Amino acid sequence: MSAIAPKFKLSEFIKSLLDNAFWAVLLASLIGLPIIQIVLFYIEMPVIDGELLTPFLALTWLADPTRSLPILKAFMATDMFRVMAFPGFGFAALIAAGTIFIERKMLAKLQLRVGPFYCGKIEGILQLAGDGLKLISKEIIIPAKADKPIFWAAPVIFVATAAAFVALIPVAPGWVVADIDLGLLGVFAVIGFFPIITILSAWSANSKFPFIGGIRALFQMVSFEIPLILSLLGVVILTGTLNLSEIAASQSSFPWIVFLPVGAIVFFITMLAELERIPFDLPEAESEIVAGWLTEFSGMMYGLVQLGTYLKLYAFAGLFVVLFLGGWNGPMVVPPFPEELLVGVELGPLTVGPFPGLPLFDQEMLNGTLWFVLKTVGVIFFILLPRGVFPRIRIDMLLSLGWTKLIGLAFVNIFIALGLLYAGVLGPGGLQ
Amino acid sequence: MTDIMPPGLALKKVDERIMTLNVGPQHPGSGHMRIVVQIDGDYIVACDPDPGYVHRGEEKMAEYRNYITNVPHLERPVIHDSCNVLYPYVLGAEEILGIEVPERAKYVRVICSELNRCIYTMYWLAIYGIFLGHSTMFMWPAGDRELLIDLMEKVSGARVTHAHFIPGGVRNDLPANFEDVCLRQVNYFEKRIKEYAAVFYDNPILISRTQDTGVLSRENAIRYGTTGSVLRASGVDYDLRVKAPYDVYDELDVHTNVMKEGDSYARSKVPWLDMMESCNIIRQALQKMPKSGSVRTKLKPNPKTKGPATVYKRVESGRGSLGCYIVSDGKTEPYRVKMSVPSFRNLLAMPNLLIGEKLGNMPSVYWSLNYWPVEADR
Repeated sequence: MSAIAPKFKLSEFIKSLLDNAFWAVLLASLIGLPIIQIVLFYIEMPVIDGELLTPFLALTWLADPTRSLPILKAFMATDMFRVMAFPGFGFAALIAAGTIFIERKMLAKLQLRVGPFYCGKIEGILQLAGDGLKLISKEIIIPAKADKPIFWAAPVIFVATAAAFVALIPVAPGWVVADIDLGLLGVFAVIGFFPIITILSAWSANSKFPFIGGIRALFQMVSFEIPLILSLLGVVILTGTLNLSEIAASQSSFPWIVFLPVGAIVFFITMLAELERIPFDLPEAESEIVAGWLTEFSGMMYGLVQLGTYLKLYAFAGLFVVLFLGGWNGPMVVPPFPEELLVGVELGPLTVGPFPGLPLFDQEMLNGTLWFVLKTVGVIFFILLPRGVFPRIRIDMLLSLGWTKLIGLAFVNIFIALGLLYAGVLGPGGLQ
Repeated sequence: MTDIMPPGLALKKVDERIMTLNVGPQHPGSGHMRIVVQIDGDYIVACDPDPGYVHRGEEKMAEYRNYITNVPHLERPVIHDSCNVLYPYVLGAEEILGIEVPERAKYVRVICSELNRCIYTMYWLAIYGIFLGHSTMFMWPAGDRELLIDLMEKVSGARVTHAHFIPGGVRNDLPANFEDVCLRQVNYFEKRIKEYAAVFYDNPILISRTQDTGVLSRENAIRYGTTGSVLRASGVDYDLRVKAPYDVYDELDVHTNVMKEGDSYARSKVPWLDMMESCNIIRQALQKMPKSGSVRTKLKPNPKTKGPATVYKRVESGRGSLGCYIVSDGKTEPYRVKMSVPSFRNLLAMPNLLIGEKLGNMPSVYWSLNYWPVEADR
């Protein structure tokens, strides 16, 4: 004991525990409870036993478990939950974190390494948390000649734009943050912001390597946006709508990749270029221009850009699933909700339940989410895979690929879609 | 403006369009050197390689140590290729000191030299892979290299800095059962590097990226004085192991790999072919080696030459012909040791290859020249 804590006294140890408990209670009551109250004011409260819950009564769920489920359900019906947690930012950030971990482990297996191993005991599962803590604790260094307001703002705007992209992706029937009729047009508009943010951050750093990287990123994103947009027109022609939820719903019998494989391939390649993944990672080519437009970012600013990049990756993979792989459609594998939980289960002498407010999610939503996540993870796997196989290509090869071959293939895809429509295979009177 | 520009820059007038990039010494794509590159848009218009950041005065140090104690520090310029970089010094010292080398020691030297060539080339290939953004090609050679490093550890006791060749033979005899282990590891190694073709050398993106970039014609390759894989990739059949055999290379069947193209792709492929040839040589040497016998001639303490003497010896190292010129004035220390290193010769071709290329080609052209910054500075 003496070696570890030479001046250990039991009374001081107990005192420190009590101190901690005091501060925890103080902070919870001064900050935590007001926050819960403020959140509850924005929620439309449910009616339980003929009595409308007010935010003040709502705290009774702490004492009455039967009231907690309706409140939880009411909270999940709000826009705030959708933006913050489920189809929005939290869900996407969770998938992004998983993507980073899977990428590192998968690449390591491919290259006969072990990858993250020690952090978190089990196969380095806490490596990402460690990296995040490291990035937060690092000093943020701003170049002396940088255009500081823009340079500070760029990572934040990048994450915000990526989150706006995430908001457009429908995960399950009815579960989308922004269900707008011009959803696909909204996607194009959001994608169009990324080159602007990139060139702003690169230029404001006032440094040579970020500048070259920013110019490269601008070239790459702008020249690949055109085949990106053209490759999606086939789906729009066949479905006749720009609403992403309707496009997903239209693939209940077969996904569009069956009829439009060319468009899917073109979209996948342009997606790799828009995401700056290998083999199209020239804006971050480290042997030529250090880290490209990310060179001058340090600490959590770099972390934010990485977070935004992986959010973007999830959103693109989700868009691919929604447009070509049938979105949430899939065989029903989730079992129906056990009805007896609603009336209560007799377990010998005890009677459990009934639970008012159940089920929290309906069967369709759970099944749709399951299929969407499975397909998205599959697409993400194929986005990550080229990193272990391909070297980086050069900017002139990239531009010629984008402007000639991919645009040509995208037009072929449009003609295929038009042919299917006019031959009557699809559309009114056809298969669908 | 022209006065403060570094010498060697061809451009007299700095235009508004021209941007000067300092690639190195703290740049992931430079190594221990600096390349001052001027670009016009994406095209390189001037290039000034600036080595000298790792100058360690090896040649001066050699004047204060006797012929034996020079061994451990003269291998430091390229520790991955430490047997080959020491080879010409040892050959020269043996000649002016008049030492006979046992037959078995010569074969052990050939085996160690070829193993070290592979170890060096794998390291070089790993960096070539990561320069092109191919991270798998970084990890695979860096891992497979361990096979041969383990072999060399069995032979000499050290993993990279072996100090195994000494005037008069090699330091130790081979360990027991070494022939079997070596044959097995080398065979497996050869099988492994053949797999690199599928992931790297036959990769369409790599081929389209490196073919016809940084083309060094046969005439220019000879004129700039390049050696080794760079020279052979330009179509010149020149390998010192064949043209001027030393030790027992004349008794072995050495095949020279020559490619005609002279581009970055050919320069990256010739060392890979050379590694397979090294495996062949090791197998032959293991077969022909005397099974027992001395590996070292006993030397007197502080050996010295009879009077003033000079000698120049060269060997084929992992990068090309590596020469060592020793001048003796009859003392126990050499009067002067001068190394003629292949890295510096190959570097001289770089500005001519890079001007007119795109910036994206800079890493592939630069590293395909088989250049090792520390060796160039010595």
